[in-house]
Amino acid sequence: MHIPDGFLTTDVALACAVPAAVAVGVGLRKAGTDLDERRVPLLGVTAAFVFAAQMLNFPVAGGTSGHFLGAALAAILLGPWLACLTMAVVLGVQAFVFADGGITALGANVLNMGVIGALLVGAIMHHARRLAPRAILPIAGAGAWCAVMAGAAATSVELALSGTVPLHTVLPAMLATHAVIGAGEAIITVAAVSAVLSTRPDLVRGRLAVAA
Amino acid sequence: MKLFTIIALALAIGLATAVSPFASSSPDGLERVAGEQAFLASGRSQPGPISDYAFPGVKDERLATGLAGFTGTLLVFGVGFVLVKAARRRPSAA
Repeated sequence: MHIPDGFLTTDVALACAVPAAVAVGVGLRKAGTDLDERRVPLLGVTAAFVFAAQMLNFPVAGGTSGHFLGAALAAILLGPWLACLTMAVVLGVQAFVFADGGITALGANVLNMGVIGALLVGAIMHHARRLAPRAILPIAGAGAWCAVMAGAAATSVELALSGTVPLHTVLPAMLATHAVIGAGEAIITVAAVSAVLSTRPDLVRGRLAVAA
Repeated sequence: MKLFTIIALALAIGLATAVSPFASSSPDGLERVAGEQAFLASGRSQPGPISDYAFPGVKDERLATGLAGFTGTLLVFGVGFVLVKAARRRPSAA
């Protein structure tokens, strides 16, 4: 879902970059305050896993492929704001080193594939940990699907606001394709979260819940 | 944390290096929609040091992708690690 340069007008790109930069700034502050000594490597490891998994395009219907985005997984392991920072690291390296996603579109890509999903899933998980601790895995999967759909919808709106394509044609097509890609996102997220649950449950459930 | 870090990082490097050369090369969701709705051509691609996940100077396509994945995974881990270290050292963050 990486937007290249040229799809968005400067106004739309800027309007996306501002909230993206704010979210990443909050993430940087949280990195200074919220990560204890033992969890310092966790952000880098999560970013590395997200980058690697994003390279693994899987085929979906009709000669199209999709790949993992990772904002949901990052939000489950690190919380919403550190997840925004994690996704910005991945998307920034992709844009500047791998020419994957435009430089001027970086803010939009961080917003669509990072911030929106991270804040959405972060909020869902915050409530799920208290209200439905036994249903963490299905909730994580549903959240991951919603994150992809929300990102696809945001991408469509940005393209339409830029005059690149009308909303009534791009939105249904983006949502239809990403409904399938989102299912892949949900499967990978659930698999990764259950693997972490079996080795380091504190990273998923929160330190207090495990200590209690 | 140490063992978890090592295992998770090894898994990421393994996936990016050994599995990514066999990933689907079909257009992704946005590229597909852009192609069908005729706005793909308005996109521009700036050159990068490892453009299109092909390590420069390596002829074998799968090897080039694997090397790009290996490099990128370590780079992303390094950037993330250094950013967190720097954020923790900044006194205003306390």
